[in-house]
Amino acid sequence: MNQQPNYTEHHPRWYRTRVSTYWWLEKPAYFLFILRELSSVFVAWFVVFLLMLVAAVTGGAESYRQFLAWAARPGVVALNVVSLLFVLLHTITWFNLAPQAMAVRFRGKRVPGIWIAGSNYAAWVIVSGVVLWLIVQ
Amino acid sequence: MPDRISLQVLRYRPEQEAEPTVQEFEVPCHKDWVVLDGLNYIKDRLDGSLTYRWSCRMGICGSCGMTVNGEPKLTCATFLSEYAPGPVQVAPLRNFPIIRDLVIEMGDFMRKLPEVKPWIIRKEEKPLAEGEYLQTPEQLDDYKQFSMCINCMLCYAACPVVGLDSHFLGPAAIALAQRYNLDSRDQGAAERLEVLSQHEGIWGCTFVGECTKVCPKNVDPAGAIQRYKLKATIEWLKSFFMPRGAR
Ligand code: SF4
Ligand code: FES
Repeated sequence: MNQQPNYTEHHPRWYRTRVSTYWWLEKPAYFLFILRELSSVFVAWFVVFLLMLVAAVTGGAESYRQFLAWAARPGVVALNVVSLLFVLLHTITWFNLAPQAMAVRFRGKRVPGIWIAGSNYAAWVIVSGVVLWLIVQ
Repeated sequence: MPDRISLQVLRYRPEQEAEPTVQEFEVPCHKDWVVLDGLNYIKDRLDGSLTYRWSCRMGICGSCGMTVNGEPKLTCATFLSEYAPGPVQVAPLRNFPIIRDLVIEMGDFMRKLPEVKPWIIRKEEKPLAEGEYLQTPEQLDDYKQFSMCINCMLCYAACPVVGLDSHFLGPAAIALAQRYNLDSRDQGAAERLEVLSQHEGIWGCTFVGECTKVCPKNVDPAGAIQRYKLKATIEWLKSFFMPRGAR
């Protein structure tokens, strides 16, 4: 890897395989990983979209109406649908990975991973519920 | 089950060829034969020049790791019958230079491993008269999983970051650092933090998670790295917000 061998008669050439640029196509797991990494772009887009919405709302009724008209355009809707799928992928893959990153102990015993992931999902449902309630109100 | 199976073995004979080639052999496919038995059969009966490493044939020594049908595997723990009717492709572990046939060069790992000081560090040794350092079962449990590593290098072969960045410490080395960090007898965490918190340490890891999937000993190196990231971040925050004495 990082040190070059000495080429001598008794230390013949090592063969080094090069990693292909398309290594992420070699295994489904690698591909899923790349999708997960890519999903952060869409998470960022949702943040931008939200900020634009806030800006439109603070700009008064007219700018809000303009924003709504713009957001209803097929291109924007399509982008948002794709983004939603990626954000869901992002959320689910990270929630499922969370137990690996956290070793929580309760009364001296390791809390099983499913509890950690489960509490993440529960928090997700609760927060979404509260947001929904706020909107519907 | 067919009674024979074909093994497509990667050969690399540096004195003869510039690049590896594939050679096909037919071996018996007994129910209780592992890939390593197939290779031993080739070496004993078909071609004595086939070169590969093995020793314990029971998943303990960690020397028989190879790529079997694209996946890093311990060949002594991978049954031929799983791949029936075949063929089975056997290649050296990825991400390492090949010395010959199925033998890889792992000097790189051997140089990286001592960098994380994988041994118990004490500021001061307890006098002998005070006896051994006792541990509760819970304290043992904290690091036991990480102590099961057999240095088989399957995790390095599975990790795309290892392949792309030759400076990355890699999964097993970081898991082994954690094995000592989490040991109640150890006081060397601060010394290790320096090496581990570099970019080539834990931050090189992008959490692909494949190392954990291929590990034959359930070490969960990916988990070790993410937990360490969490810890390093907390340490970093502490160093920002807390006066020296309180740390
Ligand atoms: S962590 Fe697992 S896969 Fe990696 S070297 Fe150790 S035993 Fe092998
Ligand atoms: S021969 Fe020892 S682990 Fe396979």
